[in-house]
Amino acid sequence: MFDFFFQLHPVIQGLAKGLAVIMVIFPIAGACSMAERKVAAWIQDRPGPNRAIVPWVAWIPFVGKFLQRLGIFHVMADGGKMLFKEDSLPGHVNKFYFILAPIVAMVPALTTITAVPFGAYFDSAGKVITLGLAPLDIGMLAVFAVSSLGVYSAILAGWASNSKYPFLGSVRASAQLISYELSMALSVLPVFLWVNAPGLPGTMSFGRVVEFQSLPGFFGGMWFGFLMPLSAFIFLVALFAETNRQPFDTVESEADLVGSFHTEYGAFKWGLFFVAEYSHMIVGSGVFMLLFGGGWNPLPWVSLATAVDWLGTILPFAHAPLFVGVLSIAIFLGKTLAMIFLFMWVRWTLPRFRYDQVMKIGWQKMLPLSIANLLFYAIAIAIIQK
Amino acid sequence: MAVITVERKPLTLLERTYLPQIVGGLATTFKHLIAPKKTLEYPEQRPAIPPGYRGVPTLVRDPNGREKCVSCQLCEFVCPPKAIRITPGEISADQTDRAHVEKAPLAFDIDMLRCIYCGLCQEVCPEEAIFLQNQYSMSGYTRAEMVNHKDKLYELGGTLPDQHYKWDKKKTAEEHGNAH
Repeated sequence: MFDFFFQLHPVIQGLAKGLAVIMVIFPIAGACSMAERKVAAWIQDRPGPNRAIVPWVAWIPFVGKFLQRLGIFHVMADGGKMLFKEDSLPGHVNKFYFILAPIVAMVPALTTITAVPFGAYFDSAGKVITLGLAPLDIGMLAVFAVSSLGVYSAILAGWASNSKYPFLGSVRASAQLISYELSMALSVLPVFLWVNAPGLPGTMSFGRVVEFQSLPGFFGGMWFGFLMPLSAFIFLVALFAETNRQPFDTVESEADLVGSFHTEYGAFKWGLFFVAEYSHMIVGSGVFMLLFGGGWNPLPWVSLATAVDWLGTILPFAHAPLFVGVLSIAIFLGKTLAMIFLFMWVRWTLPRFRYDQVMKIGWQKMLPLSIANLLFYAIAIAIIQK
Repeated sequence: MAVITVERKPLTLLERTYLPQIVGGLATTFKHLIAPKKTLEYPEQRPAIPPGYRGVPTLVRDPNGREKCVSCQLCEFVCPPKAIRITPGEISADQTDRAHVEKAPLAFDIDMLRCIYCGLCQEVCPEEAIFLQNQYSMSGYTRAEMVNHKDKLYELGGTLPDQHYKWDKKKTAEEHGNAH
C-alpha cells in the first residue's frame, strides 16, 4: 500500500507530506484559539462558548451534545465569519506592504515545521528513523533562523499601517525578539554540547537530541529538562517572550497600544496573524519538548523502544513501523498540546509585565543567567566527557 | 492613637525571583479550572428573584377574578416618566358579578420604553391593583410592541391574595342597609 507513495517523484512526495502537515497544523492552530477561549472561561469559573451546533451533528444522541458543550463548532463559526466578512483596506495604509505583512507572518510560522521532527519508527534493523518533513542536520539552527523572520511581519504590519499605535507595537516586537533571542540561543547550547560528544559527527539535529534522551541508564534516560533545569527554564521564558505570550504580551497590550500591529487589520488578514502566532506556539512547544521534554519518549526513563516492547507483550502488531510511527506522533502531539495548555494557563494567571520590566528581565537577568549557565555546563561537560 | 510603624522587610532572594508567586498563582487558577462553574446559562437557567423585587409593573385581579383597578388615575399622575396612560370607563349594570365595583379602566397602557421601574405606581395605588412583580425581561422588535396594554398587564399580573375584599364588604354593608 505504501509502495505506490514511495514510487512517486520526490518533489510530489515532499508536497504531499508538506500538505499533510499543514492540514494538521492549520486546524490545530484554529482549535487552539478555541481552546484559549475555553481555558479562559474555565479559569474564570464560566462554562465558555457552548452554543453553536450543526443540525445533523445535533441528531447524534450523546456525542452531539458533548461536542456542542465543548464548543467545537464555534471554531467553524469564527473561521467562517473571519473568511466571509468584509476585508477592509483602510485608505491611509501602504497597500502593498499592508497585504504582504500577514503573508510574511504565515510563511516562517509554517516553514519552521519542516525542520521539526514529530515522531520516529524503527526499521527492520532496529535503527531509529525520525519522521519529519526535512530531517535536516542543522535542525535547531534552521528553526532559529526562520522563526525569527516572523518579526518582519510585525514590523511590516506596523509600518504599513501608517498609524502610531501599530508602529509602536512593531518597534516593541522587534526589540523584545532581539532581547530574548540571545538568551534563548545560549540556553540550548549546553544541550548540543552534551549531544555532540567527542568522536561522533557534529550535528544540530533534533533526532540526535531525542536519541540522547532515550538511552538506557539513569542519566541516559533522564530528559534534558531534569539534567539542565536552568536551560529549560530560560528557554521556556524566552519562548514566552518570542511568541509574544503573556506575561510578555507588551507587544499586543490593549491597554496602551489599542491592538498593536494588527490594530488596522480585520477579517481574514487579522485571522492570519493569529494562526501564525499559534503556529509559532505549536512549533515552539514542539521544540521545547524535543530539547527538554524527551521528544516522543512517553515518560522519563521509559523510551519509545521500551514502551513498544511492553506493548508488544499485549498487542501483536506493536512492532509494526506504522503503529510505532503513529504512537510516537501521538505521544509527541500530546506533549506539545500539554505545553500549549501551559501557555494558556500562564496567560490567565500572570499579569502583563511593563515594557521596561520586559527589557530589564531580558538583558539584566536572563542574559547573564544564560551565559553563566552555558559556562557551567561547558566546564561540566568538558570534565565528564574528557 | 499610637502610631504603629510597620517594618517593611526587604524581599528575599526567592521572592525576588518571582517564581514561588507564579507557582502559587498557577495553583490558584488551576483550582478554578476544575471548580464548578459559577455562572447561569441564562435562557435555560433563570436567577432566583429575591422578595421585594421591582420588575415589570402589572395589574392584578382579586381572588374573585374581578379587576381591582378602579381607574382613579393616581398612578398616571404620580408616574415620574409619564409611562402610564389610563382611559377610565364605567361598568355596565348587566355585569352582576361586578355590581359593587365602582369603576374600571377602559384602557390601561404602560409604555415600557418610558417606565423606570421606580415602583411609585404600586406605592400610590389605593386599591392595591398595580404591582411590580418578578418579570424582568422585556423585549420587542417595534416600539408598539413595548407598550403593555390592559390584556397583557392582567396576563402578566395574575391574581394575588387579597386582605381586604373591599367589594364584598361593600356588598354586605349595602345588604344590611348602610351603603357607606
